[in-house]
Amino acid sequence: MKDQQTVLYDAPGPRARRITLIGSIVAVLLIIAGGYFLIYKPLDDKGQFSMDLWGPLIDPNNEVFPLVWERLGEGFKATLIAAALAIVSSLVMGTALAVLRIQLKSLVKRRYEDLATPLAYLLRGLNWFLSAVSRIFVEIFRGLPVVITIFFVASALPDLGVDLGDILWYLVIGLTLYNMVVIGEILRSGMEGLPGGQREAAEAMGLSPFQTTRMILLPQAFRIMLPALISQLVVVLKDTSLGFIISYEEVLKVSTQIIQALDDPNPIQTYTVVGTIYILVNYALSKLAEYVQRRLARGRKTRGLPIPEKPSAALIAEVEAGGRL
Amino acid sequence: MSVLVDHFDVFASGFWLTFQLCLLSAVGALLMGTLGAVMRISPVPPLRWVGTAYVTVFRNCPLTIVFFFAAFGLPSLGSNADFLKIPGLDSLFTRLGIDLPYFRFGIIALSLYTGAFVCEAIRSGINAVSPGQAEAARAIGLTFTQNLRFVVLPQAWKAAIVPLGSVIIAMIKNSALAGFFGVVGDLSNGAQNLTSALGEPIIPVFVGVSIGFLIMTAPLGLLLDRIERRRTVAR
Repeated sequence: MKDQQTVLYDAPGPRARRITLIGSIVAVLLIIAGGYFLIYKPLDDKGQFSMDLWGPLIDPNNEVFPLVWERLGEGFKATLIAAALAIVSSLVMGTALAVLRIQLKSLVKRRYEDLATPLAYLLRGLNWFLSAVSRIFVEIFRGLPVVITIFFVASALPDLGVDLGDILWYLVIGLTLYNMVVIGEILRSGMEGLPGGQREAAEAMGLSPFQTTRMILLPQAFRIMLPALISQLVVVLKDTSLGFIISYEEVLKVSTQIIQALDDPNPIQTYTVVGTIYILVNYALSKLAEYVQRRLARGRKTRGLPIPEKPSAALIAEVEAGGRL
Repeated sequence: MSVLVDHFDVFASGFWLTFQLCLLSAVGALLMGTLGAVMRISPVPPLRWVGTAYVTVFRNCPLTIVFFFAAFGLPSLGSNADFLKIPGLDSLFTRLGIDLPYFRFGIIALSLYTGAFVCEAIRSGINAVSPGQAEAARAIGLTFTQNLRFVVLPQAWKAAIVPLGSVIIAMIKNSALAGFFGVVGDLSNGAQNLTSALGEPIIPVFVGVSIGFLIMTAPLGLLLDRIERRRTVAR
């Protein structure tokens, strides 16, 4: 960004600097004026800044402060539990889906010429069918809103006689259905994007197709796609908030209950606090994704270097210390 | 499956309303996103800060909270989003002009939220243009605006179209949330009514709603795949 930005305009001279300064001052004044008249004043007129409304959230001496934060803490705990379960299960299922689709894709090409003709046709038809089913599954759940998936999982499963007891599981299943498909596609495109030589070399060594995927392709795909996978964590964490639709007691649902229970309902204040916490956590996660991406990009640059025939002990130590990727 | 036939009007009108919501929000999001992207590359630091703050806040905040603010925060600011009652447009999109503000709140929430992602898509497109292009443009004496207009943006647009498309697909899916925030009669609200109020069987309703959303998302997704594949071949 920095590079691009500096080439868009010349290094400012005295006149341009003056114009920029004046522009900055005007912009700041406009922003302050806009903020005051459009946001601060209407809020103040409605008494949204009074301590009656903010007190329960930010004043430790307020009588309900500990109660409010205890409930909010429980809410956050529930959010994190749901998010963690959803992430783990979507990672596992997504990896399985990616491997399955890659395997099916290579099986579809197989002609089974050593088998009797009807049997060969049957196997080829079966492979084609399974490949089509997995493709349709992916397209459907990728194209459906998560809200709808969660809502219908929560109402359809009990209807079909599957009672999971805790609402948590419906939320986790709904989130998993969507995110496993996304993660599966991320990994699959990662594996297909690898140089073809990787697969060929593995096959030449005598690895079976499954071994090739498991030992050669998947680890590299994971590494390349790590930033995308971390970004997906942010998405899962954000989507956990949809649990309020099926009355899972995550932080937003809890906030709504708190707001209703307080003597002076304070929706704006409570949602501001909860939103800020969400933003901080997700911002940290997306920074982590950027950092990982930078690290990986730096690692890729060294790939072109000649590799010593036998790695020296110093090099091994360096790699193990995590100094160089 | 008879519910699909019996209540076809619910699905059809729900689809139409969701489609309107998506269309208007997409326009709003593209406007917000372009504005944000222009702010983020402008030479004036405070504008850059505002752009960055906007993107950071809305990218990291769950859409649910944005919807809460739009649906409960705006009324307590004393606004019914009446500025969206644009004459002429509201005769085409009749929901814009009615007194019940939730359709307008939905548009605002979706536009603001999606705008942040649009901004990122445009910015990544601008970053994909090699610096040499902008340098060459400047060397032949184009100003900042001319540089953007004739050299950088036309190329950035090409690089940004696939990410932009994915953002719009995500927005179409996100629009399902509007039905849980007061918008009456869109696909998700219609589905809730059918299953809870009328006690219709759940799976067929689910199929109907899915078809409604897939009609919008699947062709767009296929189109994007195609553009992307052609792009890689061309390169």
